[in-house]
Formats: sequence, structure tokens, C-alpha cells
Amino acid sequence: MNRQIQLDINNTNLGAEGRRSRPSVVARNRQNQFARRTFFIVTLLPMVLIATVTIILVVRSWPILIAYSPKDLFLGSTWRPDNGLFGFWPYIVGTFWVTIAGVLLAVPPCLFTALYLSEYSHSFTRSIAKPILDLLAAIPPVVYGVWGLLAIVPFVEDVLAPLSKRWFSFIPIFAVTQPTGFSIIAGGIVLAVMIAPLIISVVYEILRTVPEELRHASLAVGATQWQTIRQVVIPRVIPGMVAAIVLAASRALGETMAVLMVVGNVAQVPKSIFDAGYPLPALIANNYGDMMSIPLYDAALLCAALILLIVILIFNILSTLVLQRMLGKNWA
Amino acid sequence: MMKKRWQRRHVIEAFVKGLMMVSFLIVAGCLGAILWTILVNGFPALTWDMVTQIPQGGFYLGKGGGVLNAILGSLYLAGGGTLLALIFSLPIALYLETYLGDSEWGRYVRLSLDVLWGIPTIVYGVFGFIIMLAIGLRASLLAGIVVLSLVELPIMVRAMDEVIRRMPADLEQAALALGSTKLEVAVRIVIRQMLPGIITAILLAFGRGIGDAASVLFTAGYTDRIPSSLMQPTASLPLAVFFQLGTPYPIVQQRGYASALILTIIVLIISVGSRLISARLNKYTVK
Amino acid sequence: MNTRKPAKELNPPGRKPKITGPLSMDVHIRVRDLNAYYGKVQALKDINIEIPKKQVTVIMGPSGCGKSTLLKTLNRFLELTDDTKISGEVLVDEQDIYARDVDVTEVRKRVGLLAQRPSPLPMSIYENVAYGMHIHQMRNDRADYKKAVRHYLEIAGLWDEVGNRLHDPATSLSIGQQQRLCLARGLAVEPEIILGDEPTSALDPISALNVEKRLLDLKEQYTIVIVTHTLRQAKRLADYVIYMYLGEVVEAGPAHEVFTNPQHQRTRAYLEGQF
Repeated sequence: MNRQIQLDINNTNLGAEGRRSRPSVVARNRQNQFARRTFFIVTLLPMVLIATVTIILVVRSWPILIAYSPKDLFLGSTWRPDNGLFGFWPYIVGTFWVTIAGVLLAVPPCLFTALYLSEYSHSFTRSIAKPILDLLAAIPPVVYGVWGLLAIVPFVEDVLAPLSKRWFSFIPIFAVTQPTGFSIIAGGIVLAVMIAPLIISVVYEILRTVPEELRHASLAVGATQWQTIRQVVIPRVIPGMVAAIVLAASRALGETMAVLMVVGNVAQVPKSIFDAGYPLPALIANNYGDMMSIPLYDAALLCAALILLIVILIFNILSTLVLQRMLGKNWA
Repeated sequence: MMKKRWQRRHVIEAFVKGLMMVSFLIVAGCLGAILWTILVNGFPALTWDMVTQIPQGGFYLGKGGGVLNAILGSLYLAGGGTLLALIFSLPIALYLETYLGDSEWGRYVRLSLDVLWGIPTIVYGVFGFIIMLAIGLRASLLAGIVVLSLVELPIMVRAMDEVIRRMPADLEQAALALGSTKLEVAVRIVIRQMLPGIITAILLAFGRGIGDAASVLFTAGYTDRIPSSLMQPTASLPLAVFFQLGTPYPIVQQRGYASALILTIIVLIISVGSRLISARLNKYTVK
Repeated sequence: MNTRKPAKELNPPGRKPKITGPLSMDVHIRVRDLNAYYGKVQALKDINIEIPKKQVTVIMGPSGCGKSTLLKTLNRFLELTDDTKISGEVLVDEQDIYARDVDVTEVRKRVGLLAQRPSPLPMSIYENVAYGMHIHQMRNDRADYKKAVRHYLEIAGLWDEVGNRLHDPATSLSIGQQQRLCLARGLAVEPEIILGDEPTSALDPISALNVEKRLLDLKEQYTIVIVTHTLRQAKRLADYVIYMYLGEVVEAGPAHEVFTNPQHQRTRAYLEGQF
């Protein structure tokens, strides 16, 4: 039926300019099919990429995975490649500490900020918040590192550490045993600012999915806004908030440059937030130059990358699944 | 009777509201603090030489020169990476919206893209390094471009997808009703409507690409020269900053701050610029 | 006695209107010189009306005339929308609810709102009804709360249907039941006035009639103000009618007078179905 009409139009296109050649419907449909197949192959690219990266990392770290028992590798504390000792434990713990510090520091203010933007602020405040968050997200990691070096490390050294030494030294986790500001907490502070835009924007989107009518229902019986938020809004979005935090944690885990510049890079198991640490990404970044000269060194570093990748993949997939379901069409 | 009494719940509300505003101010303040610190420390060493010269002999010991090698290197790297990513991103994003929409397969693809976005850039760098070794490629501009395109791809597709999904469905329906095939709808109508958003996506990805160090660390190498071919290694601004800060000479460190300032300025220009461009181009789009 | 004044006489141009309500009417809400704006668009123009106590007042008019907007000014809900501006006074028992030191949550406690679409809170049936009471800490112990919940569910005509499953989620109820639940929830905070924003338009006819019956029963104790866009419903429910057009009150008065003998041409046109 359509085709009939199309062909008629084709024929009646004779005008003063002469016959205009228009591709027939058949040709256009063939174009469509061809494009459709090509495009489809292209959409396989993301999944292929994930698989490829994972597989190659596994393959290239295989030598070290079979050379040592998991216990020696992951729980061992000595890292002396020329002696053949590869103990990942300090690096794993260092990664863990710095990430937890970053997440713990970021979550409360970011949740409050997201709540403020979603529930209380005027549209004017929101319109200036968006550029601020976008800019924070756009600042390159190395610039965060410079800021950390110039502002945060001295801050830890001159303000936080002495304070902690004076008042909190009885708590082991706050003990100050080294004189510099290069520490887990410095890394945590820098990480917290880096992941803040992510947490705020995701939590904000989640809060926006709660229908306005629900808030109105609560306000109509005379509840205050905070009572409404606490009892009606937040309970509905808890899974989403958790997912947002997990997602942010996965980003913090992988951040290399900024943390590297402030965390001290001392291969020890940290006992306090004022100790220096050495996260896995920093390990990889600092030693890639020596990789090829010592046997198994490259496999070891790739194994570090593999550990990071697996943990991040798990966090990422789980949190993204939850968030995709919660935000539906609005998932950005 | 309806006068305000200081009930407990009102006090709590006022307190929480205060906490929230303070939190917001802290976050906003961090941006200010970062920009201020970089500006104050970088500006003194930001000379004309820094921007127009490549490192002379002894640059890292305090002698003359600039970071033009890194500036151009970064622009080449990010430019090439963005271009390469664009070639793949646009079809993926178009296909996602036009054919897949909200289908099951579409959700898997979007999930994969989100996962790709979450993979740390150092892993991409390591991956690129391995491939490089395997095919015998040395640290070069080309290798850096390829790895950066991997890093930028998920960002670009997601941003484009977000823009394309917001397209009013009626527009697409109207075009289809007039007898266009899906391909034609995609090419003629979707792209034009989405132009400002697409440009924003490209600039966003470019901005991320130019600032990343971990991915180019292994793959692009480093050199004091401006690369004249794709096979040569190239410097990049993030690494320039890192290496200058790593020296014990205060003069060199100062230059490192200046280099960080240059990088920040570039990123700011891109960010503000993309906002202006999209505002200008949004004139022609259907709301 | 002609107890109704057409709007023209109430607001002679140039002179501040003298609010003298008809003597037989006990005024619960008095609106004075109310103007409301959504951004730059004026939604309510110089509203001056009175709402009688313990009667059903219906605000009617064609779509977009400002009925819902007016209703929302009565419990200070309008200000929840971004970029709205309100000027004028709304006096409940001669106290302006927009005065500077007024606690807005108290206002909303005294003036309850039943929305168009039932929005049960994401809790159990019991918790929905008890919600408002907990917020204002209106009872002393669990036994009191349980008794109160039962009481209000009975008034809303819902007890028989849900009495044995109070802890089921509120979303498991049918839409008509949900609206009655919202009614019970609103009544539980002991308001004096109940507002209804087209409270039955989302319901099936049987549930709608059920809710209407409840409202008619309630007028013995509460002042009720309803917005409706169906003339038939207005005629069924109203004791007092306010007719609006394009943001202004055209006519207001006892129902039987307005319906049988409208003073304004516009009112007449509306009643005869020309809209």
C-alpha cells in the first residue's frame, strides 16, 4: 500500500527541472538493512572489549598465579621482586584503607548536598550547582594531585596530625607515627572530593524518582519537610543510595594519579590513617619501567591490575544493575 | 494558635537544613579552593616561554624552555583519541536509540558501556601496553591515541545516548510516518536534532582524554620533542606536571604548577565552551 | 432573604470591598484580596470570598480557571511549587494563615487536603492512618493509637474491609479503598477543614459515590471545600457554591440560589453547558 503511493510520487516528480532521481523504496530498504547489520556488529564492541581486557590480563598474569600459592601472593607482606618475593598484602590493604577513607569522608556531605538540592533548594541554587559539579568532575586527576600536594598534605601535616596527636593518640587508628603529611588520610580527602560529583548527581537523580505526590501526601497532614524526607522519601531510595556509594567506591578504587601523589608510597600495612600507604594502582604506575627486566615482575604487576579489575567489575556491575532498574529511562 | 512554637521537630528541621547548606557550601568551596590553589601557585611561573618553547637542555634541572611539547602532545593525543572514539561512538549511540530503544539487548549494551566507563584508566593503559608489546609497537603517539579512544568511548556513547534518548518521540514518529526508513531517520533527523548534545558529548570526552595520565603513561611514552609522526613517542601535560613535580628543584616544581595551571585552563575553556556552544545551537532544536 | 451578593457588588471598582457576610452564615474561611502568580502568569485575581462553616462548599468552573490553585492557597500548598507568588490574606477563624510567624505545619494540620489521585504512603494500612498522629505526637501509647486508627477507618467507611489486615501494604488496596484510606489518614490529625481537589475524578463510579457519601456525612463535623469539574457532582454535594472563570470569582452563594437563579451571564452559560 505504502509502496504504491511512493512509486506514484516518484513518477509525478517530473517538473520543470526534469526528472529528479529519487532512490526507490527497495534501494532505501536495502541501505537500511545493510546499515542495520553493520551497526549491530558495532554494538558488540563494548562487550567484546570487556571480555578481551579481562582475558588478556588473566593470561598475562597466569605465570605468577601458578608460580605461587594464593596465600603467598595475596597474604604475603614482602615485595622484593629481584628475590622473587611478591606479596600483595600491603598493597591490597593500602588500597582498601584509602578507598574506605575516601568513601567515608565523601558520603555524609554528599548525601546531604543531594538532599538539599533535591528537596529544599530553589531552582536558582540548582542551576549554579550543576556547573559546579560538572567542573569538579572535569578537573583532571593530576590537578587534584597537585592540589593535594599543595593544600592537603600540608594541612594533614600541620593541622590534622598535631590535633590527632594531642587528643586522639590513644586510638590506634589515629596514631601519628611519621612526620609528613603523606598519608592515607590525605589520599582519602583528595579521593573524597574526586568522587563527590558522582555521588551527588546519582543520588539526586534517585531522589527525583520519588513522585512529588508522596511528599505532598505527607506534608498535607502537617509533617515538616525533614520528617517527610526521613520517613517517606529516604526509605524508598535506600537501595539506590547504596548502589551509588558502591559505584563511587569502585571509582575510588581505580584512581591512580591523584592518590599516588599524596599517599606516600610506602609499602607497609597501614595501622593508622596518618600512616603512608601504597595502593595497587600506584604500585602499577610506579614500577612499570622495571617490569621487563625482572622475571615475573610483569606478571605480578598485571596480576595487581587483574585484582583491581575483578573487584571493580563486580562493584560496578552490581551497582549499575540496581541503578539502571531504579532510574530506568533517566539513567545517565 | 498557629503561631510557631519551638517544637522539637522544628528544631531538628532547622538543624538538618543547616547541615545540608553547609555540606553544599563545602562541596562548592572545594572547587574554589582547587582553582585558587592552582592559580596562585601556577601563575608566577606561567611565562610566555612556558607555552611557546619545548624543554631546552637541562630543563629538568632548572634551565630554560617550556612545555610546548606537552601541550601539543596532549592536544594531539586527545584530538586523535576523540576522533577515533567518535567513529565508533556515533554508530553505537545511533543504533542504540534507533533500533534497540529499551529492548533487552539494548540494556545489555548499556550495561557494558557503564562497566567500561568504570574500568580505571590504568587498566586500559596496561592493556594497551600489552597489546603494544605483542604487535611490536613502541611507545608512540599512535598507541596513546588508541588507548585514549578506548577510555573515551564509553563516556562519549553514554553522553550521546543520554542526549538521543531525550529526543521527543514525536519527531521520530513524524519522520517515519512520512515514509523514511529507520536509517534515514537516524541520519537526517536525529543527528540534526541532537547536534548540540553530540558536540557536548565530544567535548566532554575530549576533556577527560586530555587530563588522563594513567592511560598514556605506558603507551605514549615521553619525550622533550614535539612528535612529527604517529610512531614517535609524545609528551603529555599530566605527565609533564608529574615529572616536573618529581624533581628536587623548586624552580622546576614551580613550572610544574604552571603546567598544571595550563592544563586546568584548557579544561575550563572546553567546559565553558561546550556550555556556550550547546546554548547557541539549542536554538534550532525542537524542545 | 436574599443572602447572596453577586461579585460585582462585593467588589465595586476603586473602593476596597466591605466584607459583610450574610448574617445567617457562619464564616470559617475568609479570603481577602488574594492574588497568585505562577512566575509571571497571574492565576488568581483579587479573590474575595467566604466559606461557611460545616457546610460543603463547591468551587466549580471550566478547566484552567484556577479552582485548584485557589484550593491550594487554603492550606498553603501553593508555595510548594517553584516560582509562585501569593499576596493577600486567607483568614481561618479570623487568623491569617499567611502571617509572618505562623507555623505552616500547624496550618496544614487544621486544613486537610484530599488529593485527586490517591497517594498512599509506602507503609502498611495501619501506619498510613497513624502517620499524622505520630508526626504530631497526638496520642500517648500504642493502645490509644490502635483505637484511633480503628475510629478513623470506621469514619472513612473502610474498617469493615481492612480491619483484619491492617498490616498489609497500603498499595494492595483498590483505588477506591486507597482514596478512603487517604481520607482516614487526613482525618486522623483532627482537622477543622477538609479540602478536596477533585477527590473522586480518578475513581470508578461506585467508589466515587462512596467517597461522596462519606463527605456528606462528614459535614456535620467538618467544613468541606471541594473542587470539581463535573456540574452533576457539584449539584449533588454543594451547600454553597463558588463559580470561577479565568482566575476570578464570578459568583458565590448558597447552592440552591446559584443553581436556580444565577445572577451572572457567565454562570448561566456554564450551568447551561455552553462550556
